[in-house]
Amino acid sequence: MDSLIWTENATKIYNPRKPDEIRALEDASLNIEKGEVVVLKGPSGSGKTTLLSLIGCMGRPTSGRIVIDGKDVAKLTERFLTLIRRRTFGFIFQQFNLIRNVSVLENVLLPLYPIEMSFADMRGRGEKILGDLGIRDRMLTKVNKLSGGEQQRVAIARALINGPEIIIADEPTAHLDRKLSTDLLRILKDLNIAGKTIVIATHDPFVYDHPFIKRIVEMRDGRIQDIKLT
Amino acid sequence: MMRHLKILEYALSSLLRRKYRNISLIAVYALTIGILASVLFLTYSLKLEATRILVDAPDIIIQKISAGRHDLIPAIYAEKIRDIPGVGSAEPRYWGYYYDPLSHSNYTLIGIDTDLPGLSLLEGRMPSGAAECAIGAGVGQARIAGTGDTLTLLNSRDTGVEFSVTGTFRSESNILTNDLVVMTKKELLRFFDLPARRSTDIAVTVHNPDEIATIAGKIKQAYPDTRPITKSEIIRTYDAVFNWRSGMMLTIFASALIAFCILAWDKATGISAEEKHEIGILKAIGWDTADILELKFWEGIVISLTSFLLGLLAAFIHVFYLKATILSPVIKGWSVLFPEFRLTPYIDIYQIFVLAFLTIIPYVASTIIPSWKTAITDPENVMRS
Amino acid sequence: MIKHKFFLGFTFIEILVLSAMFLFSQMTVTARNKGEVPAKRELVKHLKLTDLSLWTEARYTRHPSQADIFTAFQDFPSSLEHFPAGSIIGPESITMSTTINPGRP
Repeated sequence: MDSLIWTENATKIYNPRKPDEIRALEDASLNIEKGEVVVLKGPSGSGKTTLLSLIGCMGRPTSGRIVIDGKDVAKLTERFLTLIRRRTFGFIFQQFNLIRNVSVLENVLLPLYPIEMSFADMRGRGEKILGDLGIRDRMLTKVNKLSGGEQQRVAIARALINGPEIIIADEPTAHLDRKLSTDLLRILKDLNIAGKTIVIATHDPFVYDHPFIKRIVEMRDGRIQDIKLT
Repeated sequence: MMRHLKILEYALSSLLRRKYRNISLIAVYALTIGILASVLFLTYSLKLEATRILVDAPDIIIQKISAGRHDLIPAIYAEKIRDIPGVGSAEPRYWGYYYDPLSHSNYTLIGIDTDLPGLSLLEGRMPSGAAECAIGAGVGQARIAGTGDTLTLLNSRDTGVEFSVTGTFRSESNILTNDLVVMTKKELLRFFDLPARRSTDIAVTVHNPDEIATIAGKIKQAYPDTRPITKSEIIRTYDAVFNWRSGMMLTIFASALIAFCILAWDKATGISAEEKHEIGILKAIGWDTADILELKFWEGIVISLTSFLLGLLAAFIHVFYLKATILSPVIKGWSVLFPEFRLTPYIDIYQIFVLAFLTIIPYVASTIIPSWKTAITDPENVMRS
Repeated sequence: MIKHKFFLGFTFIEILVLSAMFLFSQMTVTARNKGEVPAKRELVKHLKLTDLSLWTEARYTRHPSQADIFTAFQDFPSSLEHFPAGSIIGPESITMSTTINPGRP
């Protein structure tokens, strides 16, 4: 398998040289191969979310390198970074981060608005994905009227709409009960079987103890402590 | 192209999420623009109307000044003025003001020569004999008198004089004749008990229009106690009168502009946490800075362009079809007789473009600029905050 | 997803209506220039009028072109403007002198 995500001494400092400086991540070196399922494990403040954000091109490291599919993203302009984010990654956020008072369909289609694609094609793609996840019948409902499980599926649908190679999930089970967590992990496993690379940041043992997880990266105080194969 | 339409679609969705707020905003904004545009249309139309019809006013009016006040002018001045080379004619004008206690309004009384031709804007005929008059529509309405009726006015000895109304000026001419009572010269002199050989002022015509100022200068030299008023000054007066930069018009205009500034300032002082979060989400899922700014641009354009067009439409209908019914009480002041506006729709395209520029650009800018900082921030920082 | 069509359509209609009104106004201007304006000019010429009959509150508001710069203050040198129409009529620019000084080079 070839290396898809590679970080070398990635460091992230917020508010550098100021009284409220935070060294969120230090010297993180990690190599994730295509098709892997990797968990970043650690308590709150361990730097796992920061590392996840940097891998997902949501920000740039203060120092060090982040290479995604052969491209050093630290050197890219914002425009290219956005392009990579749009094409390569699908994000599942802790709080779902759906736009309130907007319909399911519109939320799912949001990543497709800024690209040259007709309304009809866009809608077709959205309806298909919602159908695959079993919530097509709710597509015109506003998201704030959905249950937790339904919102989770909308978030997953949105993450998948661009056909990304890599799925990034930040504490995906934080607000879910056991049944919904099981559903989520099943969906992620199916996506992995379909060829997607999955990176999850979590401190939930229900996730990192799951058999489909290939590798666990243990983090504490902004540093990688250990990398274990499961 | 598709991309732009899709971002517009999302902008409209975004605005519709706060439907009532945005509709109210459009209503208030359109109203403000409507008032501004009404003032601009009204003043420009009146200005052009005045300058076009007063072009046949006398070339020079000679007034006599006594102790800084307008006084009656001796008729002999006219005889001497006629001798100045270049002068076509110098005719005394006889006119004055009359306060009508019945209608509490002021009329302008004009005395004319009996051989005046009939006028197309007069229904009936001009007065030719004693106790005859032609009246403006405003006078007719105030005194409920028309052609064939009688009009009683109190002369200078406080005695009622009954005039027979021989003609009424048509309403199309109200802007010139609304408060006029026209009678023969002899009748006016008798009515006001004006001294013989004196008139209100003298109307001078000049052969060569380029020499008007020179001849006015010569008249002033010959009669230092006079004040010549040239036609260009008459027209310039109305240019200035309907300038929106003065008086009440300025107050209305300034109030509307201040309202804009408050609106723009309110928007420009920052975006809400909810908006910031939304921008962060959009950036995280693949919208770049240009897309976010385009979204804000469309949001601004939808509100400001819609308001501008609606306001303009309303102003046009208000001024040229509804005869400026809302503005005219403001402009009327304390005039009892005030002509109904029947304005010719002269439109200055330049003014419309300036209005569009002043109303659309600041609003769009005040929608985009507060979002700028958030739009250029990495989504990770936005999501954290 | 047709909101954009509604907006663009509505805006187009507004612009169309405004354009139609503008065109109609041009036609009205032309018609009045042919008919009414010459008739009004005839009135002005024969009656030797110098002002529009708008504000009949006071002499200087009825005939602003005939009033000199002191007329509004004729009651008292520092009297305040008490006619609303007087506030609409802006003060004369100092370049619009109502006195002519012959003999100046």
